[in-house]
Amino acid sequence: MLASRELFGKFLACAGLVLALHSGAASPALAEVVLNRGNGAEPESLDPSISTGVPESFIQMDIFEGLVHPGPDGTLRAGVAESWEVSQDGLTYTFKLRPNAVWSDGKPLIAQDFIYSWQRILDPATASNYAFILWPIRNAEAITKGEMPKDKLAVEAIDEHTLKVTLKAPTAYFLQMLMHHAAYPVPGHVVEKFKAEWTRPGNIVSNGAYMVQEWVPQGHIKAVKNPKFRNAAEVQIDTVNYYPIEEYGTELKQFRAGELHATYDVPQEQIPWLEQNMAAQFHNSPYFGTYYYAINVTREPFKSNTKLRHALGMAIDRDILIKQITKGGELPAYGWVPPGVPGYEQSQVEWGSWDQKKRVAEAKKILAEAGFDKGNPLKVEILYNTNDNHKKIAIAIAGMWKQNLGVEATLRNEEWKVYLQSRNKKQFEVLRAAWIGDYVDPYSFLELLRGDIGEQNPAGYDNAKYDEATDKAANETDSKQRFALLSEAEKTLLADMPIIPIYFYTQQHIVSDAVKGWQDNLMDFHPTQYLRVEK
Amino acid sequence: MLSYAIRRLFGAIPTLLVILTLTFFLVRLAPGGPFDAERSLPAEIERNLAAAYHLDEPLVMQYGRYLGQVLQGDFGPSFKYKDFSVTQLIRSGFPVSLQLGGTAMLLAVIIGTSLGAFAALRQNSGLDYGVMGAAMVGIAVPNFVIAPLLTLVLGVHLRLLPTGGWGTWEQMLLPVLALALPQIAYIARMTRASMIELLRSNFIRTARAKGLPERVTIMRHAMKGALLPVVSYLGPATAAVITGSVVIEQIFGIPGIGRYFVQGAMNRDYTLVMGVVIFYGVLIIVFNLIVDLAYGLLDPRVRFD
Repeated sequence: MLASRELFGKFLACAGLVLALHSGAASPALAEVVLNRGNGAEPESLDPSISTGVPESFIQMDIFEGLVHPGPDGTLRAGVAESWEVSQDGLTYTFKLRPNAVWSDGKPLIAQDFIYSWQRILDPATASNYAFILWPIRNAEAITKGEMPKDKLAVEAIDEHTLKVTLKAPTAYFLQMLMHHAAYPVPGHVVEKFKAEWTRPGNIVSNGAYMVQEWVPQGHIKAVKNPKFRNAAEVQIDTVNYYPIEEYGTELKQFRAGELHATYDVPQEQIPWLEQNMAAQFHNSPYFGTYYYAINVTREPFKSNTKLRHALGMAIDRDILIKQITKGGELPAYGWVPPGVPGYEQSQVEWGSWDQKKRVAEAKKILAEAGFDKGNPLKVEILYNTNDNHKKIAIAIAGMWKQNLGVEATLRNEEWKVYLQSRNKKQFEVLRAAWIGDYVDPYSFLELLRGDIGEQNPAGYDNAKYDEATDKAANETDSKQRFALLSEAEKTLLADMPIIPIYFYTQQHIVSDAVKGWQDNLMDFHPTQYLRVEK
Repeated sequence: MLSYAIRRLFGAIPTLLVILTLTFFLVRLAPGGPFDAERSLPAEIERNLAAAYHLDEPLVMQYGRYLGQVLQGDFGPSFKYKDFSVTQLIRSGFPVSLQLGGTAMLLAVIIGTSLGAFAALRQNSGLDYGVMGAAMVGIAVPNFVIAPLLTLVLGVHLRLLPTGGWGTWEQMLLPVLALALPQIAYIARMTRASMIELLRSNFIRTARAKGLPERVTIMRHAMKGALLPVVSYLGPATAAVITGSVVIEQIFGIPGIGRYFVQGAMNRDYTLVMGVVIFYGVLIIVFNLIVDLAYGLLDPRVRFD
């Protein structure tokens, strides 16, 4: 009897709880709308002038706003600047700042804030990795190099709401670059007060749709809606939680358990399963990146034999790699710049339009001409950084080279930091690599292979004709003409084949049905301010 | 006993100095540096970074500077997590690791010793084989198999428990269980083995001969001795478990410090690696001391002078 009375009591309590929950749901106006996002890794820093990674950039995109800012589809929209004018010669940009722009502590955001922020990131004492994003501005590079004081930066405040920026060359992608977190404003009055600790919850002041409220390292970051944001009335989600989940398998489980609304990525090997079982939530779309193999052209036999490089490229059956290994619906790559730049005509290597049989036949011929045969096979070593997918791809490619061309390929894997050093010192023959554009413009890719870029140039490629075409493009103000020049440069590059393009990336997310307004886009930008969560 | 403990703690200083020195030079021997990244930096920026972190100074000077900092209780700034100092990262993560690891260890000791003792008392019975068989499986199946399995079944399919995160007791259950299982297995096997040995020893035979009830014989005499090997195992094991497990933390998304050992090394985050290694070193020394003191309580033959 006693037992049953206890049970009854428990039942009542439960019923009360259920009722309470229901009444909460019945008045949605009061309910807090929360979005839980998987966000890859723990941020290195929330300071937009200091951080370098993608996960932190997603948070910064929500809590800060640049002069221009990505819209729901990732394309450029007016941000703090409501309008801008570009001079005839493409050298001067005059931005009109919104008069109602304020920091989250209520202090007006004015032109001087941008001057402070940009001088700070360029200052050698700040030691920012991404200072070079602002190098198109006149004198910026010299400031970072310590050759000029920072007040020589060619940025001036005409008045509190007008910012004039002078560039060293007409940089057609300058506005695109301004979407980068390195160009965001930081609150000088807070940075100077708290120094290195200014990004801590309680200290941090920002100007975006959200403000950071909690930060548990390796746990989560919680941001809440900024009521002072210029567009706060349109922002639907009250709270965003970012979880640094590095294990994509864990992330998927958390999503399936209903603990996340959107994931940062998916486990590669589960893509077929996701396509089959979670088709409605699984988002798979092109990304602005290229997976490629770089050939060390500073060494023989590849240094003097361009054809040999082509032969290796031809013998790779990209369709098989994509179908059997990566499985993410990637696009086979026969060019360097990924598709998707509006107005730009991609170049393709000549044999890109051939069928695989013809490619292999031609590759065989090239190897024979170069004097390689069974008794004297071409020997190549593939260097990749330790990772399951890179390994599988390297094994497959080595197999294709062996089978099709009799090439004896060996594999060498190195841990990430060791690999980077080998890459920079050109201690390899063939190198697995990838490049993701920082801004939607072909130059974001083409710059990498310039002769004067230094050790970053993955192949050690140096061709004056190529550099000249990109130089000319840099000074060209007509965008059509400029793209033609860049396309020409890409053709030159592909003819020389210092890099073997393999595939263009795709990006994957799992997004809950309750989340509305998620638009897949090339740069993978999904600002929370444009999303909604429906029950 | 107190003077013994103090002497031991002073004796630990040279040990820590050796740990610090070795780690300092070893992490710097690894190829690559903290600022190497996919996008290699313009030389000027790399120089600025090196200067900001004093990496441009001769190694010996860096070592001296670091030693000075550590003596003042400052592990320096993290190279990777730039908004925090190493001390702050440890301070934020250690309570979590301690709570998780401490609970798991407590659970492991209680369940492990009980199971082991039961098995020993019923040696070669079905119960014995059952417990030891299960313990074998517990030792053999690694964490990274058990943990995802637990989350998949209990979290995703049955939706009984959260699959990850930290803060509520529900979120603690699965990681504690996953962390405790192999420990339970180890401790059970160890307890059983030493218990069986002790049950055959002369003083137990004496106890039984003089007519002590079996319960008293076991609890007061046999158990005390049987725990000795477990206690010496517990020292370093507890230090290891409460400094976190990278596998468990990654799988359950727990903000502990276990991951820093691995991530720190991968990222060449020199100061972070140094910080957690020194911290771990201190913990091991302290726990070993506790073990030695506990020996005095359990084993009448041990004297501290």
